[in-house]
This record gives sequence, structure tokens and C-alpha cells, in this order.
Amino acid sequence: MHVSESDTISRLQAALPGVHIEPVEGAKDPTFLVEVDSLLQVAAWLRDQAGYDYLSGVAGVDRGERFEVVYHLYSTRGGGALVLKVSRPWDVPEVPSLVGIWPAANLLEREAYDLLGITFTGHPDLRRILLWEGFPGHPLRKTFENKTFAHAEMQATMTSEEVPHAEN
Amino acid sequence: MLRTETLTVNVGPQHPSTHGVFRMVVTLDGERVVDLVPHFGYLHRGIEKLAEGRTYLQNVPFTDRLDYISGMSNNLAYALAVEKLAGIGPIPERAEYLRVIMAELTRVANHCVAIGFLLNDLGAFFTPVLYCLREREYILDLFEMASGSRMTPSYIRPGGVAEDVPAEFLPAARKVVAQLPAFIDQLDALLTGNEILMARLQRIGILPPERAVALGVTGPLLRASGVAYDVRKAEPYSIYPRFDFDVVTADGQDAYSRYLVRIGEMRQSVRILEQALKDIPEGPVMAEGVRRIRPPAGEAYARIEAPKGELGFYLVSDGSPNPYRCHIRATSLVNLGALRDMAVGHLVADLIIILGSIDITLGEVDR
Repeated sequence: MHVSESDTISRLQAALPGVHIEPVEGAKDPTFLVEVDSLLQVAAWLRDQAGYDYLSGVAGVDRGERFEVVYHLYSTRGGGALVLKVSRPWDVPEVPSLVGIWPAANLLEREAYDLLGITFTGHPDLRRILLWEGFPGHPLRKTFENKTFAHAEMQATMTSEEVPHAEN
Repeated sequence: MLRTETLTVNVGPQHPSTHGVFRMVVTLDGERVVDLVPHFGYLHRGIEKLAEGRTYLQNVPFTDRLDYISGMSNNLAYALAVEKLAGIGPIPERAEYLRVIMAELTRVANHCVAIGFLLNDLGAFFTPVLYCLREREYILDLFEMASGSRMTPSYIRPGGVAEDVPAEFLPAARKVVAQLPAFIDQLDALLTGNEILMARLQRIGILPPERAVALGVTGPLLRASGVAYDVRKAEPYSIYPRFDFDVVTADGQDAYSRYLVRIGEMRQSVRILEQALKDIPEGPVMAEGVRRIRPPAGEAYARIEAPKGELGFYLVSDGSPNPYRCHIRATSLVNLGALRDMAVGHLVADLIIILGSIDITLGEVDR
């Protein structure tokens, strides 16, 4: 299964001897865990030497004790995905930005920063994208308290005149 | 010497040409754009967060509300991701055909909207778009017949489709598809050689192919830059390999090429529809035993060629009935990343056309 991707990774390990890469179990696509220090080196090699010229997606995942950032790479010549993953401790969610390698990462990394609070070092313009500046917290973190339906709590802080449609 | 300075103008979020609630801060030198900063999020509903609190099936209606112009395609991408994650399959033949029929009808409907409103942006108010919307309405009637809803169908679901189409659906669909070529010819005759349209669209919003690939742009926007990349061919899904169709490209790299690619894609969709409507078999429309979907712990990414480009869902399961994480690879957001590249150096009036030529839906950009 996923012969050509494993082959690519073997070539990569031959070309970059110091780099440690291991396959991830349980993923349906060929997924490889990369150490955060070698991410830029691996990404540049995959783009230049293996033809992965198209970065499709950047997704952050809060795994409880760690944050993961998942990159879906494709080639515009066709074929399936090669998925890179980096894992960071929950209190140091810092990952180098890939904007310099794939400019497509720009908005996608901003999204992961906004919703999960992952910091992409070297990103040219790391601002919130979907939420406003000053929004408390990062909603896709599992620790985020969802107050969507907490009307009673909201109203408790208002005077009776301020409560909209209180008569209803 | 006359002193000049640049002017910062705010466009949107409420503006008829932004196709929703989208804001851009444009720096102008006279009438020329020198910088552009897009601002997103006015339609952010937190769908990815909401998805974590609902079951895999309960999340289907949220997908309708991403790119609400093409709900069926969103359903399909999500269903494929859940099926890949949970190992559901094989999908019954009839369901696969219905999926392709719905997805290609959606593509035609979407391109009708894209072309119609592009003409609106050009200042041809509501005459061209009326022809397009009339044709789209016939397609939406079909969706209503199958799912009960015009734009939020929730019809394609993990395992197949919600229920079989009524007996009158296939004859009605054949009739709609039979009249599509004449409509596309009419649109082509009305617009393609139109001098004003050509003058306003040609050499506007240039996006070179290398830059387009680097920016992750997909769909008609990428193919109009001459890159023949289509997920239906690059990484085929469903039963697309069975159908004869071509990937439409153009090499002008400009707004006019994007228009040409969309016209061409409508013709290709009609080709696929004709084949699918001819071959569709009888049979069940839902895979056996798809109840209470609880995928094993793991993760999967599935993508489709949606009308606007690559749409994908990255799902992470922890073995519970709800997705642990649901990341939506939003076509329109990534495509908007190319806006600044295309707009700088053009006039303000052309900026509106460039935005229209990308074809975005804010429901998908903001999620």
C-alpha cells in the first residue's frame, strides 16, 4: 500500500541523512511524522525533488497534550496525497511557517493560528483571519468553553432593560 | 509639481459586488490598485467547532451551508471523507450514478451563477444573469424533486444517497439535460464574441501558471492559467473513470479565459450527464448496515473537484460517534489568496471583475 509515497520517503532519507521521519499508524492516507526542526528542509526537498508542488491544506488538531499540524501535499501531475505531520507540546505550539515554500500556506496557517492558537514562526502576516482581534481564546482548542447556548449566563450579567425580547 | 498621494478605500463588507459579506481595504494611486488587504470572517459560524459536537450524520446539513450555491457537491465531499474514515462501502451502483448526476448538475448550476453574476459585475445588470438563473432554476427543480430542497439538499450521505429519486425524476432530468446544449450555445453566441465583454475581460487579472500552483489555486481559476489539473482525473473518485470527458483549459491566464473555461466545463458536464442518465441502473441506493457511524480511531482526507475547485474534508476520529476534528479545505478561501496578485496594477473597476472571475461563496470562505 502507498508504495510510491514510501519510496519517496526512502529517497528523502537517503538524500537528507540527518532527518528522522516515521510513518503514522491509523491514517488512511500515507502520513509521515516529521520532527519540527527538519520540517522546512523536508518540505523544500519534497517540492523540489519529488514534485509535490501543490500544498492543498494545513489543518491543526488539538490532541489534548499536544498540537498536531497536518499538511496535505499533492503534485499537479496527478496522484494521491502525501501527508506530513508535526507534533508540538501543548504549551509550546510553535511550528515554522511554510509560506516561503508554498505561498498557499499563508491563509491556511493564519486560520490554524486563529482557531487553535498555533504560532507559525516566520509567517509574514500572522493575524487572526475568521475571528476578530481581541476574541477571547481559540475556539477549536478542546479547552475552549462553548458559550453558544449559554443565554442564561449572558443575561445574568445584563439588567432587565438590556435583555432583548425579555417579555417573550 | 502637483502633489499626489495614495488613497485607502474600504470596499465592503456590504457591497453588491463582493458576492456576500467580504471586505477588502484597497490602496489606490489615482484609479489604480497598488495594494489590497482582504478581510474575512463576517459569515463565520464556527461549523468546524459545531461539527465536533454532532454525529457524522448530523453534520451533513452543515455541509449544505458551506458553498450554498453547490450544496450537492459539498455533501459528496463530506460523504466520501466519512466513508474513507469508517471504511463504508461498496456504495451501490445506482447511488454512485445519482451522485455523479447531482454533482454535475451542480457544476452547471454553479457556472450559470458564476457567469451570470460576472456579467452583473461588468455592468450588464440582470439581463444575462436572468437567462442563467432561469436555466439554473430547472436544475434546482430537479434537486427539489429528489431531496425536497432547492439549495440545501443534504441528499448525498455517507453510504449512498438519502433515498431513491421519485419515478418522474429521471425523465425530467433527461429533459433538462437535453435542453442544456441549446442554452449553452445561446449563452456562447450572446457573450463570447461580445466586444464589450472581451474588452473588459481580456488581459485583466493575470495569474501565471507557476504562481497559481504555488498559491494552491484550484478549479476553473487554475485551468484558465493553462494547468490541466482536475481532481476527477488526477485522483479519480466515485465512478468518474467510466465517463468520457475532457479537462477544459485555456491559456490566457485572464478573466476572459476563466469565463471560457466555465462555458467549456458546462459542455463537459452535459457529456457526463448524458452518459450517466443513459447507463443508470436500478437497485438500492444505500450501502448495507450504515447505521450509527462510529469510525475506528484514525484520520482521513477526501477531496473532490467541486465546481469552484478542490473541496476536501479532513476528519479525525477518536472512535466516538462524533468527529474529533473536522477540517474543511475551503476552495474559495484558498482561491481568494490569489486576489491581491491579480488585482495590483489594475483599475478599481477591474478589481470588481477580478473578484467576480474567481467565483467565491462567502459561506465557504468563512465557514
